[in-house]
Amino acid sequence: MQWYWLPEYAPKFVDGLFLTLQLLGLSLFFGMALAIPIGLVQVTGPKPLAWAARAFCTVIRGTPLLIQLWLIYYGLGSLFPSIPGIRESFLWPVLRDAFPYAIFAFTISVAGYEGEVMRGAFRGVPRGELEAARAFGMHPFTVLRRVWLPRALQNVFPTLAGEMVLTLKSTPLAATITIFEVYGVGTIVRQETYRIYEPLIFLAGIYICLTGVIVLIFRWAENRIPRTRAA
Amino acid sequence: MTTSTASVPETTGTPQPAVTVDDLHKSFGALEVLKGISMNAHEGDVVSVIGASGSGKSTFLRCINLLELPSKGRIMVSGEEVRFKPKGKGNLVPADMRQVERIRTRLGMVFQSFNLWAHMTVLQNVMEAPVHVLKTPKAEARERAEQILNRVGLWEKRDEYPAFLSGGQQQRAAIARALAIEPSVMLFDEPTSALDPELVGEVLKVIRDLAEEGRTMILVTHEMKFARDVSSNVIFLHQGLVEEQGPPKRVFFEPSSERCKNFVSSVH
Repeated sequence: MQWYWLPEYAPKFVDGLFLTLQLLGLSLFFGMALAIPIGLVQVTGPKPLAWAARAFCTVIRGTPLLIQLWLIYYGLGSLFPSIPGIRESFLWPVLRDAFPYAIFAFTISVAGYEGEVMRGAFRGVPRGELEAARAFGMHPFTVLRRVWLPRALQNVFPTLAGEMVLTLKSTPLAATITIFEVYGVGTIVRQETYRIYEPLIFLAGIYICLTGVIVLIFRWAENRIPRTRAA
Repeated sequence: MTTSTASVPETTGTPQPAVTVDDLHKSFGALEVLKGISMNAHEGDVVSVIGASGSGKSTFLRCINLLELPSKGRIMVSGEEVRFKPKGKGNLVPADMRQVERIRTRLGMVFQSFNLWAHMTVLQNVMEAPVHVLKTPKAEARERAEQILNRVGLWEKRDEYPAFLSGGQQQRAAIARALAIEPSVMLFDEPTSALDPELVGEVLKVIRDLAEEGRTMILVTHEMKFARDVSSNVIFLHQGLVEEQGPPKRVFFEPSSERCKNFVSSVH
């Protein structure tokens, strides 16, 4: 095994790693921000919104992320330039770049999967605890903020950790739309050095470390929230 | 135990009405659970609602703080009448949810299954409504919460999560949580029915203490002896109607209704 290429490409890997983390962090943030209302309306209604949320989750979870990504980047991305005047607009620098498309695709993917998780999470909160909150005069929004959402998140915390790891490991798909996140950097190395396996092993190591970090963060956080049942 | 009903004035003075319910009906679909119930609780009254399962007593209590919406009737809490508007066929909804939320802060509800918030410690449970509903400053709410927890004998357990408490402790914490909003009326919905027999006593003791300090309470219960001891007024419900009502002595020892007689003798 030969690792002579590593020092030369190290700065690129650091950049790539940064891009991977950005992609993961932003899509998880926006994805969860969508997943919470998507999960909630499926439990509370109104019915049309619940159906729409349901349909969204079914479509997103029923189609490969790679296809979503390509439809959004190549499909949507090639539609925009045909709009007259858009090349001159202030939006163009964003629309021209691949990264926003990747964020968008990963965000809706996270929203779809986690929307389904949150539906179960909201439903799983004991009715009595919500009733108690209302009985003490809480406004519905306060009930959500103080009781329903924290209780729901607490229930699905371990599930969310697993989902986050899965999302991390789907980020290499972004390399297929010209985003040189850490896996993309690895493919450059392979093309330029003709070393096949060392870069792959190196990448595998990076993903294992990232997964380890995520697991540790969640374990730390999990220990800070109370168990709902006595051990 | 001696009766403590003598300490409650029967007609002397002019106590303010705390809860007034007039001709309350409640249907679940075609099933009419409450068929016109009226009652009056003045400040300082302890009203026990008894009756067989399915007689509607829990539904009645839950209508008072609007956890169930009545189909017909009037509810007044501390002189303020809940404003309803009709909805659909034979249903009522509150005309103003803000009013409902305000009225609920005057009613301290204690549930059969405790319903403590599992993600909060005992102290946080007790502080929650004062801080996030009544907007009491945190330090003040904390101080009061600790006082109340001390009273119900849970000060040492204040930083525990509900899951780590016994049923009796959880129910005492739930009573503390209800007391923390400084309600005008305490509502108890079968507070000891979910408890192991050996834990019932500690909860009843707390409720008895509250009764003795003159707190207004409406209590749905199966504990007949307890109801007889602490109540100023007992209501016996049968199939959604008030079958018998009056001071505990009369309801328990010389009821005019045959059903009431059978009921109290069967559970004594």
